[in-house]
Amino acid sequence: MTRLRLTLIFTTFLFGATATASDLRIEVTQGVDNAVRVGVVPFKYPPRTSLPESVHEIVDADLTLSGRFETLPVKQMLSLPTSAEDVLARDWRLLGVEYLVMGEMERMEYGYRLRFELFNVFKQSVVLRQVIEGTEEELRDMAHYVGDEVFEALTGIPGAFSTRIMYVTADGPVENRLFKLNIADADGYRRQTVLSSNEPVLSATWSPDGNKIAYVSFENAGRPGIYIRDLKSGLIQQITNFAGLNGAPSFSPDGKQLAMVLSKDGNPDIYVLNLENRRLRRITRHYGIDTEPSWRADGQAIVFTSNRGGKPQIYQMQLADLSIERLTFEGDYNAKASLLPDGSGLIMVHRREGIFHIALLNLQRGRLRVLTETALDESPSIAPNGSMLIYATQVNGEGILAAVSIDGGVKFNLPSSEGDVREPAWSPQKTKVFTPISP
Amino acid sequence: MGITRNRGLLALIAAGLFLAGCASTAPEEDTSTDSSIDAAEVVVEAPKEMPVEIQPTITGGEKVMISKGPGMGTETLDGTFYFDFDQAIVKRSGHTELDQHADVLKGNPSFRVRLEGHADERGTREYNLALGERRANAVRAYLTAQGALRSQIEVISYGEEKPAVLGGGESTWAQNRRVEIKYRN
Repeated sequence: MTRLRLTLIFTTFLFGATATASDLRIEVTQGVDNAVRVGVVPFKYPPRTSLPESVHEIVDADLTLSGRFETLPVKQMLSLPTSAEDVLARDWRLLGVEYLVMGEMERMEYGYRLRFELFNVFKQSVVLRQVIEGTEEELRDMAHYVGDEVFEALTGIPGAFSTRIMYVTADGPVENRLFKLNIADADGYRRQTVLSSNEPVLSATWSPDGNKIAYVSFENAGRPGIYIRDLKSGLIQQITNFAGLNGAPSFSPDGKQLAMVLSKDGNPDIYVLNLENRRLRRITRHYGIDTEPSWRADGQAIVFTSNRGGKPQIYQMQLADLSIERLTFEGDYNAKASLLPDGSGLIMVHRREGIFHIALLNLQRGRLRVLTETALDESPSIAPNGSMLIYATQVNGEGILAAVSIDGGVKFNLPSSEGDVREPAWSPQKTKVFTPISP
Repeated sequence: MGITRNRGLLALIAAGLFLAGCASTAPEEDTSTDSSIDAAEVVVEAPKEMPVEIQPTITGGEKVMISKGPGMGTETLDGTFYFDFDQAIVKRSGHTELDQHADVLKGNPSFRVRLEGHADERGTREYNLALGERRANAVRAYLTAQGALRSQIEVISYGEEKPAVLGGGESTWAQNRRVEIKYRN
């Protein structure tokens, strides 16, 4: 099968177009060769009722967004089965469809019950069958759950559709910029603005349990400070207010410490703040710029950017003995690195021939590979399943978000209607996980 | 420093008094004498042009206006200094004006400035915040080496967050790699 080039633009939504439109559009610019062809059949629901969300369309969009699947348009479907028993295999084999996702929605007192199945057309067997329940507000979450389950069943990789993305927008003229810190679903829907300011906001990051965020804001007298916001309670605390830089916050994997950059002692260095007892520990001592700390999954090491060698490169420090080793040797600018969840590689911003890309360094083999074809790339953030990353870039002078799979095979853009978009951070946890009840 | 200021003021006041004095002391003509005796000519000398020293003043735009020299008027210093990519060395073209700022600060200990450091949009944001601070620190070092006091100078970096010009390309980037001196009131 030839390489597929898909461009899908979801702007408003067919059902109940109230506040559910996404500010971020999804444009898949490159899919995998041999994408698996899936038919996501509209779920059956009682006549004369309408769902506030079109569950099958959300599942369809999720699978398509991953770039690994090609979904059959509903209007090409010759029949609309709701379970294995209804399936006429030839209707699907004719169209080359390999798998079907189908099911039924039932209105309950508290919300909805959803039964869904994943069916292998060629083997004519059920791969997965589950029943889940949720409230009306959780309909989108239920749909994303279906997407995740199907994705994992067919690829072996946990899905990332039930996650959220935090990002910054900047709008307006240079003299009067408006900065907003937003959190939206991974597909761009249900955006909430958690901070709005005429002063810069940047470096927003998630706590490992997904319940808190930390960020840098200049809102206090125009000076940078690090803030932590509890997403459940809405409580915001200014954590640091030192002279000089207060930046690049990064939670430790156990959530108890916050690495950061402070220049109060003369030049930018990495410090670690114990969030429980508020003790501050300085961990780099070099007259160069040390910044952008990011933790290893075991909490025992931190990778960071330093220009101690003359140009920005990535270094790793072991916290036990503060020993430092340099990790990058290719290219004259490597920055904003983070480790893949399994520790096998490092993604970073990498400059090659004057162009800033996102690159992946395989730590075992020492080989660096550029993943993106865009330019002026920054802020890569890995999905919790380790298979995709999102980053900020520019297309036609406009700041947009884009995503690429770790193997570089899938690429998509997420331009926004809200001005320049930047600084994406992928939430580390799924927003909602449903427990299947027995079918 | 205060003395110079008062001298200027005194000179003005003196000149004013002198002029005022002249107006009221025109001698009365003695009309009883015969006309062969001319009224004494009183030559009123116009006061000499006293060069008034114009002191540096802080403008509403957070810049400083200084004298260009005796009788030569004033100029407002631009206060913006530029840098090469990933560098924190003030370009040579800015050194003359930097010296003028150092003189202003040296001569006016009550003046306070804020040095705002910036970077162009390329590269990562936090690294650019550090770079902007580097640049502002470099300007501070230059000024204090010329006699300004550290206590007169505050440093802040905005990295790439507050560009002078939106957009991309070499010319725009060059305008954004800067430190701005802002005078505080």
